[in-house]
Amino acid sequence: MTSIVDLQVMWNRMIAIVEEQALTLVRTSFSTSVREAGDLSAGVFDADGRLIAQAVTGTPGHVNTMAAAVGHFIRDIGADRIFDGDVYITNDPWKGTGHLHDITVATPVFAPGHDGAASRLIGFFASTSHVVDVGGRGYGPDAREVYEEGIRIPIMKWAERGELNADLVRIIRNNVREADQVVGDIHGLAASNETGRRRLLEMLDEFAIDDLDEVATFVFDRTHDAVMQALAAVPDGVYENSMDVDGYDRPVHLAVRLTVSDTGIHADFDRTSPISPFGINVPIVYAQAYFTYGMLVALAPELPNNFASLAPFTVGAPEGVILNAVEPDPVSVRHVLGHFVTDLCLGALAEAMPGTVPAEGAGALWNFQASARAADPVGDPRPPVELLMFNSGGTGARPTLDGLTATAFPSGVRTMSVEATEQVGPIVFWRKEIRADSGGPGRQRGGLGQVIEVAPAEGYLFEFQAMFDRVDHAARGRDGGGDGAPGALRLDDGSAFRAKGKQVVPAGRRLIMELPGGGGFGDIDQRDPAAVADDRAQGYVT
Amino acid sequence: MVLRIGADVGGTFTDVVMQRGEDFVSTKVLTTHEAPERGILDGISALSADHGVDLSEVDRVIHGTTLATNALIERRGARTAFVTTAGFRDVIETRTESRFEQYDLDIVLPRPLIERRDRFVVPERLAADGSTLLDFDVETARAVAADIVAGGYEAVAVGFLHSYRDGRHERRFRDVLVEVAPDLPMSLSCEVSPQMREFERFNTVCANAYVQPLMASYLRRLAGGLTDLGITCPLFLIHSGGGLVSVETAAAFPVRLVESGPAGGAIFAAHLASRHGRDRVLSFDMGGTTAKIALIEDQVPQTAKTFEVARTTRFKKGSGMPISIPVVEMIEIGAGGGSIASVDLLGQIRIGPRSAGSEPGPAAYGLGGTDATVTDANVQLGRLEPATFGASAIDLDPRAATTALMAAIGAPLGLEATAAAVGVAEVVDENMANAARVHAVENGRSLAEYSMVAFGGGAPLHATRLMDKLGIEELIVPTGAGVGSAIGFLLAPFAYEAVRSFHTATVADGRLGDGVDDPGFDVAGARRVLTELEDESRSFVRQGTLAEVAVERQVSMRYRGQGWEIPVRVPDGSFDDHAAEQLVHEFTKTYERFFGRAIEGLPVEAVSWAVKVASIIRPPVPVETIPDGPSAEPAGYRTIVDPPSATEATAAVVPRDQLAVGDCIAGPAVIVESQTTTILAAHHVAVVQHDRSLRVTRRPEQAAQQIGPDAS
Repeated sequence: MTSIVDLQVMWNRMIAIVEEQALTLVRTSFSTSVREAGDLSAGVFDADGRLIAQAVTGTPGHVNTMAAAVGHFIRDIGADRIFDGDVYITNDPWKGTGHLHDITVATPVFAPGHDGAASRLIGFFASTSHVVDVGGRGYGPDAREVYEEGIRIPIMKWAERGELNADLVRIIRNNVREADQVVGDIHGLAASNETGRRRLLEMLDEFAIDDLDEVATFVFDRTHDAVMQALAAVPDGVYENSMDVDGYDRPVHLAVRLTVSDTGIHADFDRTSPISPFGINVPIVYAQAYFTYGMLVALAPELPNNFASLAPFTVGAPEGVILNAVEPDPVSVRHVLGHFVTDLCLGALAEAMPGTVPAEGAGALWNFQASARAADPVGDPRPPVELLMFNSGGTGARPTLDGLTATAFPSGVRTMSVEATEQVGPIVFWRKEIRADSGGPGRQRGGLGQVIEVAPAEGYLFEFQAMFDRVDHAARGRDGGGDGAPGALRLDDGSAFRAKGKQVVPAGRRLIMELPGGGGFGDIDQRDPAAVADDRAQGYVT
Repeated sequence: MVLRIGADVGGTFTDVVMQRGEDFVSTKVLTTHEAPERGILDGISALSADHGVDLSEVDRVIHGTTLATNALIERRGARTAFVTTAGFRDVIETRTESRFEQYDLDIVLPRPLIERRDRFVVPERLAADGSTLLDFDVETARAVAADIVAGGYEAVAVGFLHSYRDGRHERRFRDVLVEVAPDLPMSLSCEVSPQMREFERFNTVCANAYVQPLMASYLRRLAGGLTDLGITCPLFLIHSGGGLVSVETAAAFPVRLVESGPAGGAIFAAHLASRHGRDRVLSFDMGGTTAKIALIEDQVPQTAKTFEVARTTRFKKGSGMPISIPVVEMIEIGAGGGSIASVDLLGQIRIGPRSAGSEPGPAAYGLGGTDATVTDANVQLGRLEPATFGASAIDLDPRAATTALMAAIGAPLGLEATAAAVGVAEVVDENMANAARVHAVENGRSLAEYSMVAFGGGAPLHATRLMDKLGIEELIVPTGAGVGSAIGFLLAPFAYEAVRSFHTATVADGRLGDGVDDPGFDVAGARRVLTELEDESRSFVRQGTLAEVAVERQVSMRYRGQGWEIPVRVPDGSFDDHAAEQLVHEFTKTYERFFGRAIEGLPVEAVSWAVKVASIIRPPVPVETIPDGPSAEPAGYRTIVDPPSATEATAAVVPRDQLAVGDCIAGPAVIVESQTTTILAAHHVAVVQHDRSLRVTRRPEQAAQQIGPDAS
């Protein structure tokens, strides 16, 4: 019997181990979205594949997806084929994190008993990282089926008993554009699991235990009690909300019905729009992640993620709605709608818990994604340069606080330095500044969006992949607060620029992007006069 | 005989140390916040009177202070205007566009140091390669200068895009402003911190301007006060990188003073590492509010090029403001003697980051505090007791500690007071151990081969448990631990590190390139940057000393496509093709050490270059390790509780000042001195070394079962 203090220390230790795992991945990754957006995850699991601890990374999209992944690995590999020294891999959107660009690697942990007993399976480490390329059409919504989106690696062995699967390495190298970087990143995932495995074995030695059963039970019991206590604060009932957003080729209607009981919250997405022909569809595990994140951040923000904290939050939707894409639906940019799921579900919760939930925010990121090409491809042989930069609008006002200006929510994305981006490629930013008057008015003001003016460097043009939402549908205020300003796009000569699809920013032109603001909260008449005066003095409101 | 004074102004105490030849004497006085120089001058007068020192014979005064840090934390700086490139007025406000805490709907982001209304823009623009995209608009600049004068600002910061590459537009603005306001203090980002990344650089130049008037006037008053005491020698300041600079340099770049106190602690630890001949040392400094952990490699503290100051939320990364200057690299966590313990929603014991500080202090101080703190747990465990607790003439009240522990921890968890104290001690030790592990990982190190040096009032109480948790074999508790930072000041070299961003990359597979079709690595450009940086650093060091100097050159490198760089040492001598090839080779080796495997086929990029020039310090006389010796006679015995086993043990009580060189103390034992207490568990043994430091190891016969909590 291990003491309670030791069990607590071990729990903390396992959280530290997975954080260390995640940190290593951030440092070695070649993918901008891993580095700047924390688009990765790392976790430790018990022998049954139940998540014991997960690193807090930049993306809530991995919250449930990570938790479910190891169960798939155990089933597909087969318990009798799991050996010491194995490493498993997949990028299956429905068994991993919702699109092919995320590669998940799992490593079983075997430990000998301290009484000299034979080595046996005691748990797993798993980690996921967004890689720079998976072949296919490249990153974007234009594929009509998942087969066009790139190589799809089933759950299989990357290594068996310590021996690398050289055939698989060659297959991957032949199917992706940046083979050195992609294979480098997969080795990085396996190495980070290996670090975790060693640290875990050290912990078993230090506490003289043979397996994780007791500590896992402790973690799950404690967490279960805490999450039930948090749920008890929410009145039982059925709460609904819906939200219209721009979508890709046509508007998308997102709808949720939350059923709150003493034992959990179930989200039904059955009245949501049908599948899109474009790759904006969302595998349900990814929608579940953003739903669960919304519930946890509102009800139990202190709880670390594990099997027991996630179990009470369940989802349902018929196949064929846009939040339950199935094979072979294209899913490459599932994050755009996925990011709205949090505000959608929080909106339903607002009915159950008035005065705790923020207004709607910009939600989806406004990622600048372009290929800079020589304007004169015949006379100028310079190769194209891929550019990626994350940008955020404003978040919704909170019941007691203004919204956050130019800040990502629910995503945890960071923007990149303008200077660093200009070092990478032929691009010039002429403006990146707060957008005045874009926050929804209210007792608490919505967060402000920003204005970005960007141009190809001399001699270049941009092939631009636009994927911007909240141009036709503003973030709505709550409890009498006004809507945030919708987004807008144009070129500096006044010509229009569509919010969706491939377009060209010609040489010599600037693209002007006005990012949406967040909704306001409460009646504007109740706004503190000092806050009103400050808004004017700072130029937030003109 | 050298006669030097070191003065460290901290949040609660001002420590003054006087070095006479090889001897150190010290005093602690309360910090006077409204006039921090007062404490220093009082301390010096007191030492002079007590020890009969003629102050006119003092040949050097070295000072470090948290004044600049506190001004940033408490926002007590000058009314400052910031002038930047048109279109980029909000860089210091929109920050990284992210939330530092993922699970908090009510998160409050740090306020920008300079509000939007005080930020002005001038049309101008340089490209990433330093060429002009838009000319400097002198008319607008004149109008902005007029607004700044009319606005009554006390300081001005200037930060334009890509000025790390070329500061000509920033200097043009200075020329314009000087015409109308010749006496207004002004800071340019190309001079304060010429490093790429606008948010960090702009924030750094704003911080410099913000604290400059305050620091300049403080340093003037201090220098005047020293003169009035009859001290005629120059005053030097210790900077965050752990070197000395002149008062003039400090007044021009006060942001470089931000972490000076803790830097002194790291130098202190490095000096011990050198004296004891240890190449891998973990410096563990635990005070009332925080614990600081740093790595000392080859007797030199590790440094970084950027850090975060004034964190607003639980010392959480991202909740403060970035400062891009060379700094002794350390992690600081909310784990000090005054850190408050509580039970969270999950029934878990949590420690800090709130601290009871010195007012009201831990419950056991009997000064009105009711929160249970780490100190209260130490009292409950018998580690501290009224008879031997020397600090501030405080009478410890063990019953108050018990009451507080029961209320905060015992009752909610159904534990006795002693079990609650065990929990608090174990959790705070685990927090520090985890922080140390992460710090080691971030530096690609494994702690097993390290020795630990513990100082600061709290560290020796926790150090033996920490060494067990980290698998460290050796702990050194130096003499003078209570004023370690101020002693560190006296040991510091004159040093300055200049840093600049300069991008260049090899072609694929780490080859330099032919310089024609595939230009590759710009060897000549790199050589020019290195020369300029060395000249700059030398000129600052020469303001303080004519002594022989050492030059150390470093470049931050990565594979193209990555975002995090590894520091690599530049080989000595002229930087030519051969040196560049060596550099790339060294990067590959270092990458392997960090991450287990190098990556094939990719270009290698050099991003940021640094040259440090430092005067050569005479190394301390090495001391032989004394492995064993005769047992010291205890002054008495008392009962202490050993947290991992939660069992009581009868411990020898040994006053440190009665120990002789070579004396051996076997655990369980409590070694007491006026400013701290060292705890030995049953499996620890301490031997007094030639320099009177305590060297603690684990007893070999118990090595097999030393760590496990359930070994019994």
